[in-house]
Amino acid sequence: MSGMWTFIKPSTRNLRVWQVGLLVLIFVFWHLATTPGLIPPIVFENDQQAAFFFGEPLKVFGRIWAWFFTNADIYQHLWVTLLETVLAFGIGTVLGLACGLWLALSPLAAAIADPYIKAANSMPRVILAPIFAVWFGLGIASKVALGVTLVFFIVFFNVYQGVKEVSPVVLANARMLGASQRQLLRHVYLPSATSWVFSSLHTSVGLAFVGAVVGEYLGSSRGVGYLILQAEGAFDINTVMAGILVLTVFALMLDAAVGKIEARLMKWQPSTAQSERL
Amino acid sequence: MTAPALQLADVSCTFADKHNPSQRYTAVRDVNLTVGAGEFVSVVGPTGCGKSTLLNVAAGLLAPSTGQVTVFGQPLTGINARAGYMFQAESLMPWRTAAQNVMAGLEFRGVLDAGAQADTWLKRVGLGGFGDRYPHQLSGGMRKRVSLAQTLVLDPDIILMDEPFSALDIQTRQLMENEVLALWAEKKKAVLFITHDLDEAIAMSDRVVCLSAGPASHPIGEFAIDLVRPRDVAEVRATPRFVELHQAIWGVLREEVLKGYQQQLAA
Repeated sequence: MSGMWTFIKPSTRNLRVWQVGLLVLIFVFWHLATTPGLIPPIVFENDQQAAFFFGEPLKVFGRIWAWFFTNADIYQHLWVTLLETVLAFGIGTVLGLACGLWLALSPLAAAIADPYIKAANSMPRVILAPIFAVWFGLGIASKVALGVTLVFFIVFFNVYQGVKEVSPVVLANARMLGASQRQLLRHVYLPSATSWVFSSLHTSVGLAFVGAVVGEYLGSSRGVGYLILQAEGAFDINTVMAGILVLTVFALMLDAAVGKIEARLMKWQPSTAQSERL
Repeated sequence: MTAPALQLADVSCTFADKHNPSQRYTAVRDVNLTVGAGEFVSVVGPTGCGKSTLLNVAAGLLAPSTGQVTVFGQPLTGINARAGYMFQAESLMPWRTAAQNVMAGLEFRGVLDAGAQADTWLKRVGLGGFGDRYPHQLSGGMRKRVSLAQTLVLDPDIILMDEPFSALDIQTRQLMENEVLALWAEKKKAVLFITHDLDEAIAMSDRVVCLSAGPASHPIGEFAIDLVRPRDVAEVRATPRFVELHQAIWGVLREEVLKGYQQQLAA
């Protein structure tokens, strides 16, 4: 008996098993609590209500199965959401990088722009979505614009910080080695700033994704956010849940991809986990 | 007679306090310092006496408040293009490998065979197989060697060194000192070497200049070091002439070091 316990006791060895077990447990609980007629209603007045409010996991999975295999009609929506995310991330990063470099290297411009940047950053930018919808229509452009406003500030502040914190010794050294102003920008400021951009990569990709989905949700004709919006209009809670699950898994995959890219590009940075591989 | 490699004439540097502009601090005052072509000059002085300030002035990174700097007879404006600078702190670009760091200066100048020259210099400082390592993958001593190669690959006429080996352990340090001496003996560049270590200064230099304690520090003594070359920095310390010179210079420096220490305690 005690041998059995040491085998299943949570430890670093069987971490994965426990993680999966917890997930299964949640779904089992969800299934038990929502399937009509399985257990007598405790909170609700009749046994249909729990399913109405929370959806039923089996139907949710059926929905996902249909999306991916039987009907195979989710791919175009996923593609649109992915495209919006990537575009928002790319454009937001380039703009943030350019503005961050410019303002960090010209203190006067930074001093003038300072209150506006603070104001723009503290404004709840999701509220711009209706304006973007009017400006750019219901296509992907308005979602990209929303994502850009979210990504821009993350990148901007990180680049600004990165340029400000370039080691003065490294800078003086580059100047003594004969770097011109342009070469300083290219070989010192930019690499230093990009390292800060990469440190915020997970956050900014996440926000680009948020911008895309929220934009779709507020008005669109394609995308996973659109599917959720449609289902919600029909009180189809199972499809809403299915959409949320798909988005979550998608976001996790995106995050893993970012981690891979980061590890490849930032190999010059010492990491605490990696010992010196000499 | 040819013009000296580097000449500081009546140089003073005054800094205004960032938070209180009426508060001024004079780091160095009326400094006259000459380094001849091919001469190895060390500047020693108590901590905080403005040694690094002088070096930054010589490098053109800092414009003196008053006075003039001439480089081979030409007044210096902006960065001193004929000088190479080895910093006390970490100065390598962390995003470049050792080889890329060494070739940086050549790259800035648009030299075509930068890579090959960098490889040659990495081998010369004993890091032949380490070209593809990033600075964080190298030890402190190795990083200093990369810095040395980075400075010397440009073949500067003047080499400025700001306590380059102060962060190293004593064995690595003596090795590096001997290496620098050997490289210097090959090409005979003008060297201005800043250190707080009197032993190091005597062992390496042709001439040792003592600075007074700050603020407003200025040279208070100059000693020609007539020890025969080539020298081994570890062995030369045991020679009677070295001990004699050490005593003479320490006699001048001692009081200033104590003064500097008292000031730091009071502050």
